[in-house]
Amino acid sequence: MLPPDEPTAEIACTVNGEAIHTQVPLRRSLVDWLRHDVGLTGSHVGCEHGVCGACHVRVDGQVVRGCLMLAVQADGATVETIEGARDPLTLALQDAFFHHAALQCGFCTPGMILQAAELLAQHPAPTRAEVREALSGNYCRCTGYQPIVDAVMAVSAILPAK
Amino acid sequence: MTHIGQPLPRAATARLVAGRGSYLDDVSARGELHAAFLRSPYPHAGFRITGTAAASALPGVVAVLTEAELAAVCQPWQTKTGSASGMVSPTQRALAKDAACYQGEPIAMVLALSRAVAEDAAELIEVEWQELPAITNLALALHVDAPPAHQGLTSNLAWSTEMKGGDIEAAFAAATLVVEDRLVFTRSTGVTLEPRGVLAQYNPASQALEVRISHQMPHQLQRHLADLLGVSLARVRVICPDVGGGFGLKMHVYPDEIAACAAARLLGRPVRFVADRAEALLSDIHAREHIVEARMAVDAEGRILGFDVQDVQGLGAYSIFPRSSTTEGVSALRSLGAPYRFSAYRGRLRSVLQNKVPTGQYRSVGHPVGIAVAERLVDLAAAARGEDPLEFRRRNLVAQAEMPWVNPLGARMAELSHQQCLAKLEALLDLPTLRNEVATMRAAGRCIGLGFASIVEFTATGPEGYGRAGVLVAAVDTVVLSLEPSGEVTARASISEIGQGTTQGLAQVVADAFGVAPDQVLMGSGDTATTPHGGGAWASRGAAIGGEAAWGAGRKLRAEVLAAAAALLQCAAEALDIQDGHITDANGPRMSLAELAETVTFRGYELPTGVQPQLTVAHHYRREQDTALTTNGFQASLVEVDPDTGIITPLRHWAVGDCGRLLNPLLVEGQVRGGVVQGIGEALFEACRYDESGQFLSGTLADYLLPMAGEMPDITVAHVETPYSGSVLGAKGAGEAGTAGAPAAILNAVNDALAQHGASVSELPITPGAILRALGRLA
Repeated sequence: MLPPDEPTAEIACTVNGEAIHTQVPLRRSLVDWLRHDVGLTGSHVGCEHGVCGACHVRVDGQVVRGCLMLAVQADGATVETIEGARDPLTLALQDAFFHHAALQCGFCTPGMILQAAELLAQHPAPTRAEVREALSGNYCRCTGYQPIVDAVMAVSAILPAK
Repeated sequence: MTHIGQPLPRAATARLVAGRGSYLDDVSARGELHAAFLRSPYPHAGFRITGTAAASALPGVVAVLTEAELAAVCQPWQTKTGSASGMVSPTQRALAKDAACYQGEPIAMVLALSRAVAEDAAELIEVEWQELPAITNLALALHVDAPPAHQGLTSNLAWSTEMKGGDIEAAFAAATLVVEDRLVFTRSTGVTLEPRGVLAQYNPASQALEVRISHQMPHQLQRHLADLLGVSLARVRVICPDVGGGFGLKMHVYPDEIAACAAARLLGRPVRFVADRAEALLSDIHAREHIVEARMAVDAEGRILGFDVQDVQGLGAYSIFPRSSTTEGVSALRSLGAPYRFSAYRGRLRSVLQNKVPTGQYRSVGHPVGIAVAERLVDLAAAARGEDPLEFRRRNLVAQAEMPWVNPLGARMAELSHQQCLAKLEALLDLPTLRNEVATMRAAGRCIGLGFASIVEFTATGPEGYGRAGVLVAAVDTVVLSLEPSGEVTARASISEIGQGTTQGLAQVVADAFGVAPDQVLMGSGDTATTPHGGGAWASRGAAIGGEAAWGAGRKLRAEVLAAAAALLQCAAEALDIQDGHITDANGPRMSLAELAETVTFRGYELPTGVQPQLTVAHHYRREQDTALTTNGFQASLVEVDPDTGIITPLRHWAVGDCGRLLNPLLVEGQVRGGVVQGIGEALFEACRYDESGQFLSGTLADYLLPMAGEMPDITVAHVETPYSGSVLGAKGAGEAGTAGAPAAILNAVNDALAQHGASVSELPITPGAILRALGRLA
């Protein structure tokens, strides 16, 4: 329930292909709004200060930190979360992460996969070092990163060269 | 056995990659209130809350609570353990009373319709603070003039002990070489990517408390909630959903979590508390703050004679409940030198109270400290003797023929494979070639170092560990299996899942013990209402203890099913088998498990009189010997030091380990690599820093540095498999060895690099500044 007096604004945007028109508290971050108000809990909140990458979502096709953007800033935007990301790269990465055990607790995984998908979309044949560099804005505390790099490289290996 | 030992992915991760997990903060309760805490800004201060009216008046605020209100429903607690008898252990409360003893200690809480409003209101609580002298610096805390960490204390020494065996004076008198060093370990913390959090609901009509919490051991917490909140144990339900990282951090009793449960009890409404990152760093347990002065005696043949060690351990403001922070110090001393043969040991531990966040058990408890100290001394001895560090180790490792061997501390070393692990490591490294590469890089002016660490880890603690100390921590586990009418098996385990993959390993064990594919075994854990009481996730115990319970349960269910099938098929049970979901005899499948279960469940009249198949069975496992299971291994690290910037780059890392039978090598290797990187973080980056006045300086992830993908090397992992002979499966602990050995390997590698410049370091984490100071390039 919204506290009385909480300042809000009206926004209209598309989330995972669905049009939403609603009031949002001015100070609510995009990821909090997606999680708590829209009910899309696949994006996670790890630090709330733009370091860990667990909150990654796509806004107008670009991966952004959901904790550094306010929900009101999504007015007019097309937002996509891990639940709605059905592009072939994301699906292939999800499969590869599963088979390479590229996750343990899984809290970082949705953000990591969206970031990896963006990398492969722009750069289909990265080196291991380039994968590591591209994922350095996403913290994983469990895997030591190596199986994540393995999973991304495995998907890269089946992509046509750009 | 067809599934045990297979590298199968953890089934549950299919949900997690799709963003369909269910972590603590993914579920809400209707009518829930959000909690925010007012935490002490001072490391040590008396306080009086003088006004809550402004906070209460803020629209959306439902309650402002202090210790006085919570005292009606919540007892204080005190950490006591027979393992640290006589420990000075200040009373702990959900909200502090009259004085705060570390920066971040909660003193009041606000319950509001949103977290944002609760935070706003917390800032409006009026408090009169009386700042008191604080002690944070470990090196100064035992000085006679040091201010007391709690008012009224005459000393900050909470507990001290001496662990010894053999004649230490004789060992050092006989030595031809004594090496010594002073190593300083800065405290670090677990930083689970999912912060701690709790959603508590109390039903006054049924007097039942339901607590969803991101936690490693639901049953332990159930017990403490019952005791502290005065609710009967069976009316407390603790549910641990998907847990976003544990590492030991989520196994303690935290004031803010208890306060949230107490507030739910007091208000009769659901209360949610989820720590933000700043308060997580300021309230999650810290760990591994030690100053260790150690000496090692060596004879003329290069044999280790003994260790003489003094460890001062920072506890923080309280000894953590229920297991006591002192456990870490004892574990550090126990693990020190454990791979080696020696005849005398003296370890003095002093555990010290400070005005800092309490420390507690964190992945590989104490081992990284003890191993780093011993391995540093071993390298110093090898260097002093002018010999290869691996040759020195090879000579001193306990040989297989000598085992079982009880070391001077009384630790029993059995079924360890030091020599095989070392041989495997040397083969992996291709040592002659690697040494040539190092020489070539050095000739080109690069500052390269190669370091080693030999490891013994004490895993899978049995009932003797905490039970004898009077601490209510379960070291036994139970698995309940049911054959469902579909022919699938549901399993409910007291072992819990925090991402390590234990439940996958257990599913593979059940599959083989019973006779189905692992995907026909649906594992449930982490809920006190559906699983029997047991230990949960700690001390790398899932495979070694939970695995045995799973095996026993699978065999029991198999016997029940075969007896029922024999009755239906009118043959001897001994003539039947269960294979891939079917009951078979010598001629092949006779009936499916689904047919059998349907008959028993829906058409019981088809069974002969007196045949009552138990399609739900339970098996409880308690290890009756060996307080802990020792595991062993080696690590090696290749690093480059930049003498101009002081930056250290880990180039490659190798880990060879023996954790007994591997239930699932894919998941074990994940544990090893993740553990190694956590250890590299501890060695190079991670530090909970305080300034001299006690202000915490590491409150964001921009200040508390975690290892990132771009900085970490690929890690080569290999196994030696020496099954534990005292159990059916032979598994030992695997989850922490990576963390145990990595700091030592990194420290030795960096010092190997610095040795070319006649320099060395002995403080973790090894910062660029420390490198530059060691090289004389920075004052």
